[in-house]
Amino acid sequence: MTEIRILQNILGANERIAAENRQRLRSAGVFALNLMASPGAGKTSLILRTIERLRQGPRLAVVEGDIASTIDADRIAGQGVTALQINTGGACHLDANMVGRALEALPLGEIDLLIVENVGNLVCPAEFDLGEECRVMLASVAEGHDKPQKYPLMFSEVEAVVLNKIDLLPYSDFDLEAFRRAVHGLNPKAAIIEVSCRTGEGIEAWTDWLLARLAAGQSRTDESEA
Amino acid sequence: MHELSVTQSMLELALAKAREAGAERITSLSLVVGDLTGVAEECARFYFDFVARDTIAEGATIAFRGVPAQARCRDCSTTYAPDDTIWACPACGSVSAEIVAGRELLLESIEVDGDTDTPEHTGG
Repeated sequence: MTEIRILQNILGANERIAAENRQRLRSAGVFALNLMASPGAGKTSLILRTIERLRQGPRLAVVEGDIASTIDADRIAGQGVTALQINTGGACHLDANMVGRALEALPLGEIDLLIVENVGNLVCPAEFDLGEECRVMLASVAEGHDKPQKYPLMFSEVEAVVLNKIDLLPYSDFDLEAFRRAVHGLNPKAAIIEVSCRTGEGIEAWTDWLLARLAAGQSRTDESEA
Repeated sequence: MHELSVTQSMLELALAKAREAGAERITSLSLVVGDLTGVAEECARFYFDFVARDTIAEGATIAFRGVPAQARCRDCSTTYAPDDTIWACPACGSVSAEIVAGRELLLESIEVDGDTDTPEHTGG
Protein backbone atom coordinates (compact mmCIF):
# COMPACT_ATOMS: atom_id res chain seq x y z
CA MET A 1 0.00 0.00 0.00
CA THR A 2 1.37 3.38 -0.99
CA GLU A 3 0.08 6.77 -0.08
CA ILE A 4 0.26 9.44 -2.76
CA ARG A 5 -0.01 13.00 -1.46
CA ILE A 6 -1.99 15.18 -3.85
CA LEU A 7 -3.35 18.27 -2.08
CA GLN A 8 -5.02 19.68 -5.16
CA ASN A 9 -8.26 21.51 -5.62
CA ILE A 10 -10.90 19.06 -6.79
CA LEU A 11 -12.40 21.71 -9.03
CA GLY A 12 -8.99 22.48 -10.58
CA ALA A 13 -10.13 21.15 -13.96
CA ASN A 14 -13.07 23.57 -13.96
CA GLU A 15 -10.76 26.42 -13.07
CA ARG A 16 -8.40 25.59 -15.94
CA ILE A 17 -11.26 25.63 -18.44
CA ALA A 18 -12.60 28.86 -16.89
CA ALA A 19 -9.20 30.48 -17.42
CA GLU A 20 -9.32 29.41 -21.10
CA ASN A 21 -12.83 30.85 -21.45
CA ARG A 22 -11.68 34.11 -19.86
CA GLN A 23 -8.73 34.34 -22.22
CA ARG A 24 -10.92 33.68 -25.19
CA LEU A 25 -13.55 36.24 -24.15
CA ARG A 26 -10.92 38.88 -23.46
CA SER A 27 -9.20 38.44 -26.79
CA ALA A 28 -12.57 38.73 -28.55
CA GLY A 29 -13.33 41.89 -26.55
CA VAL A 30 -16.37 40.36 -24.88
CA PHE A 31 -17.25 41.32 -21.30
CA ALA A 32 -18.98 38.37 -19.61
CA LEU A 33 -21.30 38.77 -16.64
CA ASN A 34 -22.33 35.80 -14.51
CA LEU A 35 -25.81 36.50 -13.13
CA MET A 36 -26.79 34.31 -10.18
CA ALA A 37 -29.98 34.12 -8.14
CA SER A 38 -32.48 31.74 -6.63
CA PRO A 39 -35.33 30.47 -8.85
CA GLY A 40 -37.99 33.11 -9.34
CA ALA A 41 -35.91 36.10 -8.23
CA GLY A 42 -36.38 37.63 -11.67
CA LYS A 43 -33.14 36.93 -13.57
CA THR A 44 -34.78 36.73 -16.97
CA SER A 45 -36.97 39.77 -16.20
CA LEU A 46 -33.86 41.77 -15.27
CA ILE A 47 -32.17 40.70 -18.50
CA LEU A 48 -35.26 41.74 -20.51
CA ARG A 49 -35.26 45.14 -18.77
CA THR A 50 -31.53 45.47 -19.45
CA ILE A 51 -32.02 44.70 -23.15
CA GLU A 52 -34.79 47.28 -23.31
CA ARG A 53 -32.60 50.03 -21.81
CA LEU A 54 -29.42 49.19 -23.69
CA ARG A 55 -30.92 49.11 -27.19
CA GLN A 56 -28.48 51.81 -28.36
CA GLY A 57 -25.62 50.57 -26.21
CA PRO A 58 -23.29 47.59 -26.21
CA ARG A 59 -24.15 44.62 -28.41
CA LEU A 60 -25.68 42.02 -26.12
CA ALA A 61 -25.95 38.26 -26.14
CA VAL A 62 -27.35 35.97 -23.48
CA VAL A 63 -26.55 32.44 -22.39
CA GLU A 64 -29.41 30.89 -20.45
CA GLY A 65 -28.66 28.07 -18.04
CA ASP A 66 -31.60 25.96 -16.98
CA ILE A 67 -32.07 22.39 -15.91
CA ALA A 68 -34.59 21.94 -18.74
CA SER A 69 -36.71 23.85 -21.30
CA THR A 70 -35.98 26.77 -23.64
CA ILE A 71 -38.60 29.12 -22.16
CA ASP A 72 -36.05 31.71 -21.04
CA ALA A 73 -33.98 31.71 -24.24
CA ASP A 74 -37.18 32.05 -26.27
CA ARG A 75 -38.19 35.12 -24.23
CA ILE A 76 -34.80 36.75 -24.86
CA ALA A 77 -34.67 35.81 -28.55
CA GLY A 78 -38.15 37.35 -28.86
CA GLN A 79 -36.42 40.69 -28.19
CA GLY A 80 -34.10 40.22 -31.15
CA VAL A 81 -31.06 39.41 -29.00
CA THR A 82 -28.86 36.37 -29.59
CA ALA A 83 -29.77 33.84 -26.93
CA LEU A 84 -28.33 30.41 -26.40
CA GLN A 85 -29.93 27.91 -24.06
CA ILE A 86 -27.82 25.46 -22.10
CA ASN A 87 -29.80 22.66 -20.50
CA THR A 88 -27.76 21.19 -17.70
CA GLY A 89 -29.82 18.00 -17.65
CA GLY A 90 -30.20 18.02 -13.88
CA ALA A 91 -27.00 19.76 -12.82
CA CYS A 92 -27.67 22.59 -10.41
CA HIS A 93 -25.15 25.07 -11.81
CA LEU A 94 -23.31 25.96 -14.98
CA ASP A 95 -19.69 24.92 -15.18
CA ALA A 96 -16.82 26.24 -17.27
CA ASN A 97 -17.02 23.37 -19.73
CA MET A 98 -20.71 24.04 -20.54
CA VAL A 99 -19.97 27.73 -21.05
CA GLY A 100 -16.91 26.89 -23.17
CA ARG A 101 -19.14 24.91 -25.52
CA ALA A 102 -21.61 27.79 -25.68
CA LEU A 103 -18.76 30.15 -26.63
CA GLU A 104 -18.04 27.92 -29.65
CA ALA A 105 -21.57 28.53 -30.88
CA LEU A 106 -21.69 32.31 -30.33
CA PRO A 107 -20.53 35.01 -32.80
CA LEU A 108 -18.06 36.50 -30.28
CA GLY A 109 -16.86 39.15 -32.75
CA GLU A 110 -20.34 40.65 -32.75
CA ILE A 111 -20.81 40.76 -28.97
CA ASP A 112 -19.70 43.38 -26.43
CA LEU A 113 -21.59 42.15 -23.39
CA LEU A 114 -22.41 38.52 -22.71
CA ILE A 115 -24.84 37.92 -19.87
CA VAL A 116 -24.74 34.38 -18.55
CA GLU A 117 -27.86 33.55 -16.58
CA ASN A 118 -26.87 30.81 -14.20
CA VAL A 119 -29.19 28.06 -12.98
CA GLY A 120 -31.50 29.33 -10.22
CA ASN A 121 -29.65 28.33 -7.05
CA LEU A 122 -27.84 30.22 -4.28
CA VAL A 123 -25.41 27.46 -3.35
CA CYS A 124 -23.50 25.76 -6.16
CA PRO A 125 -23.06 28.49 -8.79
CA ALA A 126 -20.85 30.45 -6.37
CA GLU A 127 -18.24 27.70 -6.52
CA PHE A 128 -17.89 27.38 -10.26
CA ASP A 129 -15.83 29.96 -12.10
CA LEU A 130 -17.13 30.18 -15.67
CA GLY A 131 -14.49 32.55 -17.03
CA GLU A 132 -16.62 35.62 -16.43
CA GLU A 133 -15.27 39.11 -15.79
CA CYS A 134 -17.88 40.07 -13.23
CA ARG A 135 -20.35 38.35 -10.90
CA VAL A 136 -23.67 39.84 -9.96
CA MET A 137 -26.37 38.31 -7.85
CA LEU A 138 -30.02 39.11 -7.86
CA ALA A 139 -32.05 38.85 -4.65
CA SER A 140 -35.70 39.72 -4.26
CA VAL A 141 -37.89 41.16 -1.56
CA ALA A 142 -40.11 38.08 -1.61
CA GLU A 143 -37.18 35.91 -0.49
CA GLY A 144 -36.70 37.79 2.78
CA HIS A 145 -33.84 39.88 4.16
CA ASP A 146 -32.08 36.98 5.88
CA LYS A 147 -30.62 35.44 2.71
CA PRO A 148 -27.11 36.95 3.07
CA GLN A 149 -26.67 35.09 6.37
CA LYS A 150 -27.99 31.86 4.91
CA TYR A 151 -25.92 31.93 1.73
CA PRO A 152 -22.78 33.79 2.78
CA LEU A 153 -20.56 32.42 0.03
CA MET A 154 -22.76 33.71 -2.79
CA PHE A 155 -23.09 37.17 -1.24
CA SER A 156 -19.38 37.44 -0.53
CA GLU A 157 -18.34 36.59 -4.09
CA VAL A 158 -20.17 39.22 -6.12
CA GLU A 159 -19.47 42.81 -7.19
CA ALA A 160 -23.10 43.87 -7.03
CA VAL A 161 -26.29 42.69 -5.39
CA VAL A 162 -29.42 43.74 -7.25
CA LEU A 163 -32.53 43.64 -5.05
CA ASN A 164 -35.62 43.06 -7.20
CA LYS A 165 -39.35 43.38 -6.45
CA ILE A 166 -39.03 46.54 -4.34
CA ASP A 167 -42.60 47.32 -5.40
CA LEU A 168 -43.54 44.59 -2.85
CA LEU A 169 -41.84 46.37 0.08
CA PRO A 170 -45.07 47.94 1.41
CA TYR A 171 -46.68 44.47 1.55
CA SER A 172 -43.84 42.60 3.25
CA ASP A 173 -41.78 42.52 6.44
CA PHE A 174 -38.57 42.85 4.45
CA ASP A 175 -36.11 44.97 6.45
CA LEU A 176 -34.09 46.90 3.88
CA GLU A 177 -31.62 48.25 6.44
CA ALA A 178 -30.95 44.79 7.87
CA PHE A 179 -30.43 43.46 4.34
CA ARG A 180 -27.95 46.22 3.43
CA ARG A 181 -26.08 45.70 6.73
CA ALA A 182 -25.83 41.96 6.16
CA VAL A 183 -24.65 42.29 2.55
CA HIS A 184 -22.01 44.88 3.43
CA GLY A 185 -20.99 42.83 6.43
CA LEU A 186 -20.00 39.97 4.18
CA ASN A 187 -18.92 42.08 1.26
CA PRO A 188 -18.16 45.72 2.10
CA LYS A 189 -17.41 46.66 -1.51
CA ALA A 190 -20.59 45.25 -3.08
CA ALA A 191 -22.88 47.72 -4.80
CA ILE A 192 -26.52 47.28 -3.73
CA ILE A 193 -28.99 48.33 -6.40
CA GLU A 194 -32.71 48.30 -5.65
CA VAL A 195 -35.01 47.70 -8.61
CA SER A 196 -38.45 46.59 -9.63
CA CYS A 197 -38.45 44.79 -12.95
CA ARG A 198 -42.23 45.04 -12.85
CA THR A 199 -42.49 48.83 -12.58
CA GLY A 200 -39.06 49.70 -14.05
CA GLU A 201 -38.00 51.57 -10.91
CA GLY A 202 -34.24 51.55 -10.38
CA ILE A 203 -33.47 49.89 -13.70
CA GLU A 204 -31.57 52.95 -14.89
CA ALA A 205 -29.34 52.84 -11.79
CA TRP A 206 -28.62 49.19 -12.60
CA THR A 207 -27.77 49.79 -16.26
CA ASP A 208 -25.64 52.83 -15.27
CA TRP A 209 -23.71 50.60 -12.90
CA LEU A 210 -23.39 47.92 -15.59
CA LEU A 211 -22.17 50.36 -18.25
CA ALA A 212 -19.61 51.84 -15.84
CA ARG A 213 -18.42 48.35 -14.98
CA LEU A 214 -18.23 47.44 -18.65
CA ALA A 215 -16.16 50.57 -19.32
CA ALA A 216 -13.80 49.65 -16.46
CA GLY A 217 -13.20 46.33 -18.25
CA GLN A 218 -10.91 43.69 -16.80
CA SER A 219 -10.58 43.98 -13.09
CA ARG A 220 -11.45 40.56 -11.80
CA THR A 221 -8.20 39.05 -10.66
CA ASP A 222 -7.67 35.68 -12.20
CA GLU A 223 -6.28 33.44 -9.47
CA SER A 224 -6.04 30.40 -11.70
CA GLU A 225 -3.65 32.23 -14.03
CA ALA A 226 -1.42 33.37 -11.20
CA MET B 1 -26.17 19.72 -4.39
CA HIS B 2 -23.40 19.52 -6.99
CA GLU B 3 -21.91 16.32 -5.65
CA LEU B 4 -22.06 14.54 -9.00
CA SER B 5 -19.71 16.98 -10.73
CA VAL B 6 -17.52 17.24 -7.65
CA THR B 7 -17.35 13.46 -7.40
CA GLN B 8 -16.49 13.10 -11.07
CA SER B 9 -13.73 15.72 -10.83
CA MET B 10 -12.37 14.04 -7.71
CA LEU B 11 -12.30 10.65 -9.44
CA GLU B 12 -10.61 12.04 -12.56
CA LEU B 13 -7.92 13.72 -10.46
CA ALA B 14 -7.32 10.54 -8.43
CA LEU B 15 -7.17 8.35 -11.56
CA ALA B 16 -4.69 10.70 -13.23
CA LYS B 17 -2.42 10.69 -10.16
CA ALA B 18 -2.65 6.90 -9.83
CA ARG B 19 -1.77 6.47 -13.52
CA GLU B 20 1.22 8.79 -13.16
CA ALA B 21 2.44 6.62 -10.30
CA GLY B 22 1.81 3.40 -12.26
CA ALA B 23 -0.63 2.11 -9.62
CA GLU B 24 -2.99 -0.76 -10.34
CA ARG B 25 -5.65 -0.02 -7.81
CA ILE B 26 -6.87 2.93 -5.72
CA THR B 27 -7.97 1.67 -2.32
CA SER B 28 -8.85 4.93 -0.61
CA LEU B 29 -9.18 8.68 -1.10
CA SER B 30 -8.78 11.37 1.56
CA LEU B 31 -10.69 14.59 1.06
CA VAL B 32 -10.66 17.93 2.81
CA VAL B 33 -14.11 19.49 2.59
CA GLY B 34 -14.95 22.90 4.01
CA ASP B 35 -18.36 23.29 5.65
CA LEU B 36 -19.28 26.18 3.34
CA THR B 37 -18.83 24.15 0.15
CA GLY B 38 -22.22 22.53 0.49
CA VAL B 39 -20.84 19.11 -0.42
CA ALA B 40 -22.79 16.47 1.46
CA GLU B 41 -20.72 13.47 2.44
CA GLU B 42 -23.41 10.83 2.05
CA CYS B 43 -24.37 12.13 -1.34
CA ALA B 44 -20.75 12.19 -2.58
CA ARG B 45 -20.26 8.60 -1.41
CA PHE B 46 -23.35 7.50 -3.26
CA TYR B 47 -22.19 9.10 -6.50
CA PHE B 48 -18.66 7.84 -6.08
CA ASP B 49 -19.79 4.21 -6.01
CA PHE B 50 -21.60 4.92 -9.24
CA VAL B 51 -18.93 6.89 -11.16
CA ALA B 52 -16.03 4.72 -10.01
CA ARG B 53 -17.59 1.54 -11.37
CA ASP B 54 -15.27 -0.26 -13.86
CA THR B 55 -12.32 1.96 -12.96
CA ILE B 56 -9.29 1.11 -10.81
CA ALA B 57 -10.98 3.08 -8.02
CA GLU B 58 -14.03 0.83 -7.84
CA GLY B 59 -14.72 -0.06 -4.22
CA ALA B 60 -12.30 2.52 -2.81
CA THR B 61 -13.15 4.01 0.56
CA ILE B 62 -13.42 7.77 1.03
CA ALA B 63 -12.29 9.59 4.14
CA PHE B 64 -13.77 13.06 4.63
CA ARG B 65 -12.08 15.64 6.82
CA GLY B 66 -14.45 18.56 7.40
CA VAL B 67 -13.18 22.09 7.92
CA PRO B 68 -15.49 24.27 10.04
CA ALA B 69 -16.37 27.72 8.74
CA GLN B 70 -14.26 30.48 10.22
CA ALA B 71 -14.77 34.20 9.91
CA ARG B 72 -12.55 37.13 10.82
CA CYS B 73 -14.12 40.36 11.96
CA ARG B 74 -13.08 43.24 9.70
CA ASP B 75 -13.47 45.69 12.59
CA CYS B 76 -11.72 44.06 15.55
CA SER B 77 -9.90 41.14 13.83
CA THR B 78 -11.42 38.51 16.14
CA THR B 79 -11.52 35.10 14.47
CA TYR B 80 -14.65 33.10 15.25
CA ALA B 81 -16.88 30.26 14.12
CA PRO B 82 -19.97 31.84 12.61
CA ASP B 83 -23.35 30.49 13.54
CA ASP B 84 -25.49 29.15 10.71
CA THR B 85 -27.53 32.30 10.47
CA ILE B 86 -25.78 34.80 12.73
CA TRP B 87 -22.54 36.12 11.34
CA ALA B 88 -22.06 38.89 13.88
CA CYS B 89 -18.73 39.07 15.67
CA PRO B 90 -19.07 37.69 19.22
CA ALA B 91 -16.54 40.22 20.51
CA CYS B 92 -17.74 43.52 19.07
CA GLY B 93 -21.08 42.74 17.41
CA SER B 94 -19.98 43.89 13.96
CA VAL B 95 -21.46 42.01 11.00
CA SER B 96 -18.50 42.84 8.80
CA ALA B 97 -16.84 39.47 8.41
CA GLU B 98 -14.41 37.88 6.02
CA ILE B 99 -14.54 34.12 5.37
CA VAL B 100 -11.14 32.68 6.25
CA ALA B 101 -11.86 28.94 6.35
CA GLY B 102 -14.55 26.54 5.23
CA ARG B 103 -14.22 26.90 1.46
CA GLU B 104 -11.66 24.10 1.01
CA LEU B 105 -12.36 21.32 -1.45
CA LEU B 106 -9.18 19.30 -1.82
CA LEU B 107 -8.10 15.80 -2.69
CA GLU B 108 -5.50 15.40 0.05
CA SER B 109 -4.12 11.98 -0.81
CA ILE B 110 -4.91 8.57 -2.23
CA GLU B 111 -3.78 5.10 -1.23
CA VAL B 112 -2.89 2.77 -4.05
CA ASP B 113 -1.80 -0.82 -4.62
CA GLY B 114 0.45 -2.23 -7.30
CA ASP B 115 3.74 -1.16 -8.87
CA THR B 116 4.30 2.46 -8.15
CA ASP B 117 7.20 4.70 -9.02
CA THR B 118 7.05 6.56 -5.74
CA PRO B 119 9.70 5.36 -3.31
CA GLU B 120 7.91 5.67 0.03
CA HIS B 121 6.23 2.25 0.28
CA THR B 122 4.72 1.98 3.68
CA GLY B 123 4.53 -1.79 3.54
CA GLY B 124 0.78 -2.26 3.71
